[in-house]
Amino acid sequence: MYVAVKGGEAAIDNAHRLLAEARRGDPAVPELTVAQIREQMALLVDRVMAEGSLYDPDLAALALKQARGDVVEAVFLVRAYRTTLPRFGASAPVDTGAMAVARRVSATFKDLPGGQVLGPTFDYTHRLIDFALAAEGETEPAAEAEPRDDAGTCPRVTDLLAQDGLIEPSPPDDGAPVGDLTREPVDYPADRALRLQALARGDEGFVLGLGYSTQRGYGRTHPFVGEIRVGEVAVDFVPEELGFPVPLGRIRLTECQMVNQFKGSGTAPPQFTRGYGLTFGQSERKAMAMALVDRALRAEELGEPVASPAQDQEFVLAHCDSLQATGFVEHLKLPHYVDFQAELELVRRLRAEFFRDSDSVQEAAE
Amino acid sequence: MLAPGFADPVHDAQGTFRAVMDALARPGLPQRLEAGLNPPAPLTPELAAIALALTDADTPVWLDAGLAAVPEVAAYLRFHTGAPLTDSPAQAAFALIRDPARCPPLARFAQGTPAYPDTATTLVFALDALTSGEGLRLTGPGIDGTARIALAPQPDSFVAQLAANRSGFPLGLDLILTAPGRVAGLPRSTAVTEGRA
Amino acid sequence: MSATGTHELFPSPLRGGGRGGGGAEGTTEPRSAPPPPPAPPRKGEERGRTPSEAGYNFAYLDEGTKRMIRRAILKAIAVPGYQVPFASREMPMPYGWGTGGVQVTAAVLGRADVLKVIDQGADDTTNAVSIRRFFARTSGVATTTRTTEATIIQTRHRIPETPLREGQILVYQVPIPEPLRFLEPRETETRQLHALAEYGSMHVKLYEDISRHGHIATTYAYPVEVAGRYVMDPSPTPKFDNPKMDHSPALQLFGAGRERRIYAVPPYTSVRSLDFEDHPFRVQRFEHPCALCGAEGVYLDEMLLDDAGRRMFVCSDTDHCEGRRADGHVGTGEAV
Repeated sequence: MYVAVKGGEAAIDNAHRLLAEARRGDPAVPELTVAQIREQMALLVDRVMAEGSLYDPDLAALALKQARGDVVEAVFLVRAYRTTLPRFGASAPVDTGAMAVARRVSATFKDLPGGQVLGPTFDYTHRLIDFALAAEGETEPAAEAEPRDDAGTCPRVTDLLAQDGLIEPSPPDDGAPVGDLTREPVDYPADRALRLQALARGDEGFVLGLGYSTQRGYGRTHPFVGEIRVGEVAVDFVPEELGFPVPLGRIRLTECQMVNQFKGSGTAPPQFTRGYGLTFGQSERKAMAMALVDRALRAEELGEPVASPAQDQEFVLAHCDSLQATGFVEHLKLPHYVDFQAELELVRRLRAEFFRDSDSVQEAAE
Repeated sequence: MLAPGFADPVHDAQGTFRAVMDALARPGLPQRLEAGLNPPAPLTPELAAIALALTDADTPVWLDAGLAAVPEVAAYLRFHTGAPLTDSPAQAAFALIRDPARCPPLARFAQGTPAYPDTATTLVFALDALTSGEGLRLTGPGIDGTARIALAPQPDSFVAQLAANRSGFPLGLDLILTAPGRVAGLPRSTAVTEGRA
Repeated sequence: MSATGTHELFPSPLRGGGRGGGGAEGTTEPRSAPPPPPAPPRKGEERGRTPSEAGYNFAYLDEGTKRMIRRAILKAIAVPGYQVPFASREMPMPYGWGTGGVQVTAAVLGRADVLKVIDQGADDTTNAVSIRRFFARTSGVATTTRTTEATIIQTRHRIPETPLREGQILVYQVPIPEPLRFLEPRETETRQLHALAEYGSMHVKLYEDISRHGHIATTYAYPVEVAGRYVMDPSPTPKFDNPKMDHSPALQLFGAGRERRIYAVPPYTSVRSLDFEDHPFRVQRFEHPCALCGAEGVYLDEMLLDDAGRRMFVCSDTDHCEGRRADGHVGTGEAV
């Protein structure tokens, strides 16, 4: 006798217990602290903050611990938490020109005011597994850099180009309120601010793949890295009742300014165009890919044909969010047996008709 | 001293919303609405409850002449809802009409757009009485056959205006009718004709 | 607390210092006033405390979000079948797992409600259990598995067999609200098609099925026309359930969280499944009655019993089946 399956509640409780056990791993191995994750898995923490749209290294580290290191799951925890936070207003725009740079490179000039600052980067490491790290030990402190005469002034490359009119001006602040895609459904076509929001919190892998596709000809933009800078900026808030900025703190950002394909016409002199990327923490890969896709998404505005995925804003914006993507892909593991039964019934009927018809064709032929 | 808002903001708002939802889902069938509010006159407790339950900084609110003439009404609504008040009926997400007999022509309010018909104004009327089972004849979604409802007072050329409103479907206004302790709905999907006794 | 009352604040489970984090499950007390703002963030490790649902607002969502969803629901009712955009929030459950239905239920739910949650017609499927628990914890409302006792039924993929009555609300979880999505993936295009009531492509698609297979090959999420105007996706219910939507005494609300749309069918509203004169709409029929309760004319699940092809057909609607068995109806108990 068949007995209907029961016990969904008990199964869920047990699954939660098993998850907690699996999260801890071998109890003979010391448990990770949130501070260890924050300090030693810093780039992972940065990615969770960027895609979680919430600057809070401790919270991101805790989310990673809870998520067993699964980035998308950690982003999910941070986002669900973020939704419940009260909003007091929008900060004043941060000034990346005043950034205290930890790293700053330009591919378009050999040297420039503020200099090239290599900073902490994997770029010129040889990717050889360092077995010494398997043994615990202290690293040597980095050498202090020679101070430069122009230290402390680090103007943006795009500002320098703009002085000569060689690059399109950054669009002026028209004072219009900036949309918030977490508070309003996107209405296409979405303006650039909303597109940048979507890309900033978009899945790094997806944005990277799209950016890469533009380099391979699917919406080519002739990019040069005008500049990448990583460092801390001050965040100020202007309370309505005070009318002057109040410092809230400092955050670490990565900014990428791409200098792209010039345009001009009989009436306008040629100028380079811009692609922009900005992320929380240190993530040059994400900021660069974002800048490539930002520029590709400006195709229509700049009078270029829209023919490639990276140029198609509905395609990019509707699919770049890791949580939307993972939720909908993974929901396929939920039971679908009612719909499958409907399909099964139809396919069986169609097959029966197929064989009946082919039998009768065969009989007629005999 | 401002009159207080809902005694229980969470559940009073929910109760008010449910009454309004049921009213729009069953046009012409009055629902109980116990506002529990004592707003500054001429704002009625029912108008106030609906404003407190449904409006906020995202919803421009238009007040009719009688309500706009009393600064305490605007102060009360501003304090409890944070909703911006607008002078333009065409900008209003909600319009509060204390004197339906002198309501501006319905066509002056936002009708929505073919792509976004949900952007139309919701009008909230304060009536002296709502009586079901007599008066106007209603048919359409939410109505099992025919419903009847009588409005007191009934605005001039109301049926003709509602017919025009219905003919533009899916564009058009949605009306929430209140009377002491009651609320009924007349969404744009409802066809209204004069009732013959 | 803001003077306007528009920012209801509530503390997070993580920052719950001083909020008495030990609230037991299911004991969320309705509050008469919103709680104080959250304590300022603390650095370090102290935040990793056991979360307590007691820190959340009634039915989880903040009041501003509920208001926004409630306004969308009212417009959805006023324009039956039209998809109202809404600012779907990021919920503590994944997109695709019922976030739209959960937000609609949370916006509608009151203390006096009795909530039933089903998935595939069953109350005990894991996601139904999970969502029912979510509301039991965050709202403390009564829950039930009985269709007749429920005032709100949240569902995924089925409409209960027991006819619904006036005053009941059926909340559907919707993955893809746009019925034209697989004919035209662009929102900018489908919005225009709805504005113009241009649904010819849908008829063409259904007719192509007929010419290829001899039948309309859509078996679930079968498109319907609501109140003679909008073509609507009924969510992925089997087309077997479509006739139950037509002139139902219950209010039907549809929530699509990831796609950020809410739509509705008021009670007593025409819901017509698209078809053709020479190919009228027909629902699935099962050859066998339910093996447990003997019901006919209901939707059945096919259970595989062994690897020799033995199977059994039983009611998909578990409450309906249990009710019938309690009334003394018995099936054959036999495999087929």
